[in-house]
Amino acid sequence: MAESRQFEKFYLERFGVTDRELLAAMGRVKVRDVDYADLYFEHTVNESISMEESLVKRAAKSISQGVGVRATAGEKTGYAYSDEITLRQLEQAADTARYIARSPAGAGSVPAIRVGRPGRDLYPVSVPATEVATPEKVALLERIDKVARAYDPRIKNVMASFTTEYKIVLIANAEGELVGDVQPLSRLQVTCIAEESGQRQAGSFGGGGRGEFTFFLEDNRWERYAKEAARQAVLNLKAVDAPAGPMVVVLGSGWPGILLHEAIGHGLEADFNRKKTSAFTDRLGQVVASGLCTIVDDGTLPFRRGSLNVDDEGTPTSRTVLIEKGILKGYMTDKLNARLLGIPLTGNGRRESFQCIPMPRMTNTFMLPGESTPEEIIRSVKRGLYAVYFGGGQVDITNGKFVFSASEAYLIEDGRVTTPVKGATLIGSGPEILKKVSMVGNDLKLDEGIGTCGKDGQSVPVGVGLPTIRVDEITVGGTQT
Amino acid sequence: MTSLPIDQNLTSELLAEARRKGATAAEVLALEGDAAEVQVRLSAVDKLSKAQEKRLGLRVYFGQRSAGASTSDLSPASLDELVETTCALAQAVVEDPYAGLPDPAVLAKEWPDLDLYDSQRVPMDRMIELATRAEKAALAVDSRLTNSEGAEFSTYGGRTVFANSHGFFGEYQSSSFSCAVAPIAVQDGLMQRDYWYAVGRKVNRLDSPEAVGQEAGRRTIRRLGARKIATCRVPVVFEPEIAGSFLGNLCSAVNGYTLYKGASYLVGRLGERIAPDWVTVYDDGRMPGGLGSKPFDGEGLPTRKNVVVERGVLKSYLLDTYAARKLGFASTGNASRSVGEPSSVGATNFYLAPGTATPEEIIRSVTRGLYVTELIGFGINMVTGDYSRGAVGFWIENGELAYPVEEITIAGNLKEMWMGVEAIGNDLVFRGRLASPTVKIAEMTVAGE
Repeated sequence: MAESRQFEKFYLERFGVTDRELLAAMGRVKVRDVDYADLYFEHTVNESISMEESLVKRAAKSISQGVGVRATAGEKTGYAYSDEITLRQLEQAADTARYIARSPAGAGSVPAIRVGRPGRDLYPVSVPATEVATPEKVALLERIDKVARAYDPRIKNVMASFTTEYKIVLIANAEGELVGDVQPLSRLQVTCIAEESGQRQAGSFGGGGRGEFTFFLEDNRWERYAKEAARQAVLNLKAVDAPAGPMVVVLGSGWPGILLHEAIGHGLEADFNRKKTSAFTDRLGQVVASGLCTIVDDGTLPFRRGSLNVDDEGTPTSRTVLIEKGILKGYMTDKLNARLLGIPLTGNGRRESFQCIPMPRMTNTFMLPGESTPEEIIRSVKRGLYAVYFGGGQVDITNGKFVFSASEAYLIEDGRVTTPVKGATLIGSGPEILKKVSMVGNDLKLDEGIGTCGKDGQSVPVGVGLPTIRVDEITVGGTQT
Repeated sequence: MTSLPIDQNLTSELLAEARRKGATAAEVLALEGDAAEVQVRLSAVDKLSKAQEKRLGLRVYFGQRSAGASTSDLSPASLDELVETTCALAQAVVEDPYAGLPDPAVLAKEWPDLDLYDSQRVPMDRMIELATRAEKAALAVDSRLTNSEGAEFSTYGGRTVFANSHGFFGEYQSSSFSCAVAPIAVQDGLMQRDYWYAVGRKVNRLDSPEAVGQEAGRRTIRRLGARKIATCRVPVVFEPEIAGSFLGNLCSAVNGYTLYKGASYLVGRLGERIAPDWVTVYDDGRMPGGLGSKPFDGEGLPTRKNVVVERGVLKSYLLDTYAARKLGFASTGNASRSVGEPSSVGATNFYLAPGTATPEEIIRSVTRGLYVTELIGFGINMVTGDYSRGAVGFWIENGELAYPVEEITIAGNLKEMWMGVEAIGNDLVFRGRLASPTVKIAEMTVAGE
């Protein structure tokens, strides 16, 4: 109890509000016809430094804080936010939020606040990266520049950036729960430009997560990022035009898991299914993938970029089985959509910041490993594409068509990986593509921690993962017919 | 915590405080405004949201070292800390010989009223009504339009304040209003979605919700029954929205930052032919009421009309002071700024000058080809110009839109695509910061079945 009093004090003092003010605002928003209401307080420190042309010449820091007040009534959501946390602002926001219920003003009855605290800490840090002295970060970027340039004389420019944030959130809801979390997040990204006889090419690599700054020093991660970016840039100098048309595609392990995120992940977010706008609507229990495919969304992996102790509505995150042996098993939910659909709450209610309304979002989405070795999978292909690294992807939820763009790919000829090909966009249909998965590798890998997902204008950090897989047919958008 | 008002007293005091802490130069940028949005779905209110925002950023220079910081907490204590933090950060980075404020002589001295602000506030109930009407009009187009992602109406009004230690102080107000609707059509158990929108700085000049809704309905219904097509090399026609995205790729390639980093396929091409004679591209920061217009840029320089491509020849890059110094030119007045961030380059109103053909004439000139109405994905390599994106549209057969197509890609290279612009429509309409008429490209690879 003493511990929880201390916990409550830490958060309330951080935001300069008292129990009484919290209850007053909540009472004002939780009027008669409001089903649910919450207040989301956020304080975020963000630091970024970047290097180009061997000079670390840009540094920026920002602090933002504010509060978002939400009320829901039936399917309706009212929301207001302010970057001033004062009782007056809280009350004004509450008046806007409860406007949707069209109930008369008047004190609603709100239970006393109970402190709910995450029962675990997936990302304990003793020194947040935002507190590490800037010169240490500058020195790291300078070392990256040297390593990347030393990799190959054709590397002509190196751009590297380190961004880190430290977010403190406090969520109070009309059911009397008060939940806080401290969420660190860092990312290190390297881009190299290679040049040879007038031709230029770029390569990019990076990683990160919710750990400390030392994460990037462990196992010489920073050095690997620098060399990978340089390797890709140089490799692409000799890439030939990519083929055009349907073909067998082998996806490498790790970041190519973006396939799952685009092809099925978004389509299984509960909001689209409640509104019946997803190509996966009303397909629970149906076969949507080959029997080799089991896919989960797991927000509970320690230190991962997509992980959270609690989602942005205060619900503990969980591991949700989306597809089990090819059968569609579940959707990812937030409070509003779980309630309206009468399905379990999965802890996927996320938002970019206090300026945004939460909605169902992915955390870390990946396929469980199978039994084939990566070598067997490559050997099985007579002619195809081996794609190992990707840029972004996108999906049209409604018709299920999705794309993702390869940035490092090779031809497979007679069971062997041969010539590198230029980047190309791959296109397919979400409800169909996973039915064409004919081999799943035993080499599941999660990505390095670079993913950011955009939905309705809100960006949130996510993770993906994949073992090596064989897909019998995807349309490859190259230029060689 | 009391918040200080954003005015010249405040900016002067912050600039002076930075100087007292040893900074040789400094800039302050602050924004404040309020935003409201309603979303209606199937005639019922889905979401209402309202916000007040303000943010202040400081950049300081210690000789050639610089850094920036920003905060949304405008209390005296927080602002003291902001100056302290920014000065400490600037001393942690290395000297950059190109860093620094613009020459005082090039700063804007006076500027016209560009008609960017509408003081009208649309009440929530009225916003709900407008969004509802737009969605109703969309769903009324055809009985197969049975669902909707919803319709929204949003408003923003605010103020931008910029000051620097050369004595520049400027401020302007701007607003925007938008109405958008995304209906869903169902046929044979398969769904299609499209959308349409209107956006502008004055609420009274916005297209009616009925016009927006009808266009959204028309665009959605025509996608029903879409199929794949065989892989081929054919002429490709971009409708204006898509041609605008193609023009946006050019806009990235002429950005001074992309160029000096060697990350653009147009490095070293200034003064050379990059497109046929009939291609002329402007960037005009002073267009009255323009969605990209502003009286002065993010560094206090006057905005202006730049000719980027003139009759096919690359005439100008888009530059701010820093990129201009790196490349050996003068700024083109294209400094764009986020609060607390260093300057970057941004287009103002970037557009392709219209041609004389009607869109119908352009489609009629194609025997077999593709008409593109939507692109998805990010398959563009700006360093090489390699281009590969997912596409949705119509197959053109003997000069007519024959049937809808989907799950295909179009691929080529931006250099060749621009050289291959065969026709430009007369249908230029400004619906955003980038605007283009219909564009026909001689040949691209279409990958499908």
